[in-house]
Amino acid sequence: MTTTEVSAEGTARPSAPLLDVRDLHVEFRTRDGVARAVNGVSYTVKAAETLAVLGESGSGKSVTAQAIMGILDSPPGFVTKGEILFQGRDLLTMNAEERRKVRGAKMAMIFQDALSALNPVMSVGDQLAEMFIVHEGLSRKDSKAKAIELMDRVRIPAARERVGQYPHQFSGGMRQRIMIAMALALEPELIIADEPTTALDVTVQAQVMELLAELQREYSMGLILITHDLGVVADVADYIAVMYAGRIVETSPVHDIYRRPAHPYTKGLLASIPRLDQKGQELYAIKGLPPNLLHIPPGCAFNPRCPMAQAVCRTDEPPLYDVSPTRASACHFWKECLDG
Amino acid sequence: MAESILQVRGLVKHFPLTQGILFKKQVGAVQAVDGVDFDLYAGETLGIVGESGCGKSTVAKLLMNLERPTAGEIIFKGDDITKLSGRALKAVRRNIQMVFQDPYTSLNPRMTVGDIIGEPYEIHPEVAPKGERRKKVQDLLDVVGLNPEYINRYPHQFSGGQRQRIGIARGLALRPEIIVADEPVSALDVSVQAQVINLMERLQDEFSLSYMFIAHDLSIVRHISDRVGVMYLGKIVEIGDDAQIYEHPTHPYTQALLSAVPVPDPDAREHRERIVLSGDVPSPANPPSGCRFRTRCWKAQERCAFEIPLLAVPAVFRGLDSPAAHDSACHFAEEKPTVVPPEAPPVEPPHEPPPDKQP
Repeated sequence: MTTTEVSAEGTARPSAPLLDVRDLHVEFRTRDGVARAVNGVSYTVKAAETLAVLGESGSGKSVTAQAIMGILDSPPGFVTKGEILFQGRDLLTMNAEERRKVRGAKMAMIFQDALSALNPVMSVGDQLAEMFIVHEGLSRKDSKAKAIELMDRVRIPAARERVGQYPHQFSGGMRQRIMIAMALALEPELIIADEPTTALDVTVQAQVMELLAELQREYSMGLILITHDLGVVADVADYIAVMYAGRIVETSPVHDIYRRPAHPYTKGLLASIPRLDQKGQELYAIKGLPPNLLHIPPGCAFNPRCPMAQAVCRTDEPPLYDVSPTRASACHFWKECLDG
Repeated sequence: MAESILQVRGLVKHFPLTQGILFKKQVGAVQAVDGVDFDLYAGETLGIVGESGCGKSTVAKLLMNLERPTAGEIIFKGDDITKLSGRALKAVRRNIQMVFQDPYTSLNPRMTVGDIIGEPYEIHPEVAPKGERRKKVQDLLDVVGLNPEYINRYPHQFSGGQRQRIGIARGLALRPEIIVADEPVSALDVSVQAQVINLMERLQDEFSLSYMFIAHDLSIVRHISDRVGVMYLGKIVEIGDDAQIYEHPTHPYTQALLSAVPVPDPDAREHRERIVLSGDVPSPANPPSGCRFRTRCWKAQERCAFEIPLLAVPAVFRGLDSPAAHDSACHFAEEKPTVVPPEAPPVEPPHEPPPDKQP
């Protein structure tokens, strides 16, 4: 068994990554104590690649994204350690002005709930145009033309007529398209999509994911897709990072992980989802609950819920073991997990 | 087939749209539910799927008698419950209970768990005399897998999955025959969903309950349901047992819905044919004429705009001994090969490693 610690999957892909998160730690200082939301997360994203960050609520997947975007609520949230290299430059050491230039122009974010992410008292056209006025110094007229072009791009019907409408006049799927348009406005190199389709219906979700994937190919953007939906991941991702209690527990190319998961948590998740193609037997259920971030269990954070847990799991925190050149797992028993 | 305990016939619910403040003038109606018929059989689970705005939650409210229908009847044990009031209605309500979607807002934060679960006994004191209530509540906590000692705790001291168990315990308190569950697991984390689903299945056997299970997640509905009804804009467009709906759907909407579900198998990406519907669901205040799905349907023809398709076995399949011969409201119903592609074999759950393999 190898015991070398690697930064998640970074070693396997030679060309320089667009985004390189290294050993990121984020904590929230609350009245009840310090909640360690992110505990040493490392991942990389290359141009034109989709990394899915999979996790349940409280796993730290969104907090990591907020730290990358620089929109962490601070206080109570603080980045206490780590580096976030975007095109080789550490975002965490930049001053506010530099960082603002990167955000929006070079990296953009799509939020889950478009209705609360958009300004309700500003027309969607003005919100899109604002991007060009602020970042590119275009005139009002030119920026409005650009806004219409963008709305066309994300296939909003009758863009010219609807450019003056307000967010509440659009349906959920259309609002999410406006969010995508806004994220794409300045042709960023990296897009972070935080549960972009969770609030949408299945048929609309399919439209929106297809659009996002198509635009990503066209602009060869890097995409970080944050989700809890194993189905959506299987549909679009190239790589997966599975998070649990603020750590990455498994990283892998998407095809391998669904066949042969190397971490009992991933395995449990895959075994617990009902299938569409057949009526299964009783579902496997992971016992217990995700840990309270104020009191993360010692050793492996998953050990109280893990059927494979041994004495060592309760004392030693597993490093990310190399499973193959492209895969890693933070489980002392990854071999047994892979084989069993 | 088991005996039908609930018959829904021609159920309609229109919410009036009014204009003006003092003299409210009705200018239209949101046709939330517009002619729904189905039966619920003893001991079965009937799943209802559909997208937001299709009227599935309104059907739940009508079954609970929280809303009065515009037309139609809901017959429970011979009585039309929509016409009942007073004592008779109270008696019926004991037998039909509900589990809500959001375990965070459906429990009163200022009541203890014991008070929440015991509250139904205040309204129906004949079920449990005062002295026995505490014991009954503790039994219920035990049944849903919570520690009976938690009886004096408050909802905020529980996680989402535990709260949903409390909601289920409350639904069980009066020993109902029917439980209407509206999206009971959609607010829960994936690893907790399976626990709650398994609990609901166990309770169904233990208390011989009939479930009406409303959800938008097609995989979960398939797992738990014996029969499934698909709703679109206030109507049931297709209904049948799980194999009929999932393996032999004949309505284009069901086919599109199933083909759009992202399945957890990356290999399915290549060999599946996804039907991507254009546009959004039309407004129920102004639904399309004829077939309500025709504005998004790739098969729509002139006939669909004039003639409302009825929910019945389509003529082409009538009399055939085929799973495709089930109720489907489409003029051009036909089977489509492999709407749901086969997924990779299931992953074995993790299990304890043999002791000699310890590192």
